[in-house]
Amino acid sequence: MRIVFRDSSPHRHATANYDAHANIEKWPDMKKKCSRCPKPATLHITELREGSVSPLHLCESCAHEYLSSPDAPEPVSDAEQVSGKMAEITADDELEQLDQLTCPSCGITFQEFRKQGRLGCPNDYIAFEEQLIPLLENIHGETQHVGKFPKRAPDSSQRQYRLIKLRNDLRTAVEDEAYEDAARLRDEIQTVEEELGEFDAPDD
Amino acid sequence: MDMDDLTHTSGEWLRANGPDSDIVISSRIRLARNLAQFPFPNRADDSVRAEVESLLRETLDDIPVTNGLNYVDVNTLENIDRQFLVERQLISREHAESHGSRGVGISGEENVSLMINEEDHLRIQVLRSGFALDECWAEVDRIDNAIEERATYAFSEQLGYLTACPTNAGTGIRVSVMLHLPALVITKEIQQVFQALQKISLAVRGLYGEGSQAMGDFYQISNQVTLGRSEEKLIAEIKDVVPNIIAYERRVRNTLVKENREKLHDQVARAYGILKNAQTISSEETMHLLSSVRMGINLGLIDDLEIPTVNELFIHTQPAHLQKLRQESLESAERNVARASYLRLRLTGGDVERN
Repeated sequence: MRIVFRDSSPHRHATANYDAHANIEKWPDMKKKCSRCPKPATLHITELREGSVSPLHLCESCAHEYLSSPDAPEPVSDAEQVSGKMAEITADDELEQLDQLTCPSCGITFQEFRKQGRLGCPNDYIAFEEQLIPLLENIHGETQHVGKFPKRAPDSSQRQYRLIKLRNDLRTAVEDEAYEDAARLRDEIQTVEEELGEFDAPDD
Repeated sequence: MDMDDLTHTSGEWLRANGPDSDIVISSRIRLARNLAQFPFPNRADDSVRAEVESLLRETLDDIPVTNGLNYVDVNTLENIDRQFLVERQLISREHAESHGSRGVGISGEENVSLMINEEDHLRIQVLRSGFALDECWAEVDRIDNAIEERATYAFSEQLGYLTACPTNAGTGIRVSVMLHLPALVITKEIQQVFQALQKISLAVRGLYGEGSQAMGDFYQISNQVTLGRSEEKLIAEIKDVVPNIIAYERRVRNTLVKENREKLHDQVARAYGILKNAQTISSEETMHLLSSVRMGINLGLIDDLEIPTVNELFIHTQPAHLQKLRQESLESAERNVARASYLRLRLTGGDVERN
């Protein structure tokens, strides 16, 4: 994304042909020169991209040019992020093949998904699983849900989900050196595992 | 629900009665949810969208929300009314600009909004004044549970709640806090904040979310990761970082007051003066000046104006609000005149127009 701000001075803001020097001494570190011409910089642009931050200081006319030039990067939306990342983690020739994949439920092709960054139905997560898992890992750094789950799920799944959550909590507790919590979580995990054992393996 | 009823009121979340509301405008948590048996809205044809809307709308009737929910059929609204709801943060730009059956349930205090057929079938949003994420979570969780008793959500053991965009899969949660950071902007130290937030993969957005630039020195800090961490953990990550930003902004404000009191006071007083006297003024300039005034009030440099009034002016001076207040459609130049007139009235003439 891009963040733009002007030198903070109310009456300079009111009109485009204000005297750019009028308030420069107001804030000591504001005496920046435009990075593209000798005029004082009045607009300060921060480009945030892929974990890097690049500040840019420009005068009104250079800023106008920069902001309206076609190759100036636009703020990235979620959907654009998805399309971009998909292209990033997959080779071009492979993408061409994948593009033919179609979800049997909603009929969306993988190519359509890549273009719009939006899936067509919940079943796409199964239909495109092989491609989506690496994408999800790239976006979130994880591929296993922890946290809330619908209470209407069958009892055994609920316990499965609960185990997943407890194990994750345990990992966090150990990382945070919260040993009392960790001990309690270990006990809880054991209890749920025992319950699950009973549930999954009834007497023969 | 009659849009005109909303014109003269403002959301509870603007009242600046929450914790740290000198700097934190509002806290917000939204959950993205989908019904298991339907394609996502962008892939749904008109009849499916209509079915999803009527199904969810019925469900919403049964949900216990404080002060009740009013349902607005966004599809049949005039453009100006859609824009009005966007300005009030009750629906997203995307929801306003979309097509087909869609709507929003809004609670009496405007603290809760439930968007139907946005990017996902359902977006549950809870807003609170100030830094109050726990209250947001308690409310949004309660509403989500109540809906879930009546509907079957798309959910997988591995990937959690399944959403139209993979960036929301898992918890489907977005935890965000809207901060007013004028001092960090003046001193450019805001860039340090951006850098720090980038490193811990938190997003910074403007007043109106995705793709919107920072206006009026407002910045929305929110999580980007939604999969692999619990809701509580994602909330805790924001709760941990926000107090540091608040402290940073306060520290810089104090330094500005100490070292540049006259210049700061001058800036604030000039901003206030322009707002009280201008005969024509753009939305952008209004936001910019209101930002100075808001900081001035918090620093005790202005003592005859209240923060909730300023918060409200940020919203009420926007294009659709102005036109609703004047009950006529206005071109940009006419709006600038109407905006200046409205500001003069609110800042010098008391609250005549509201009563």
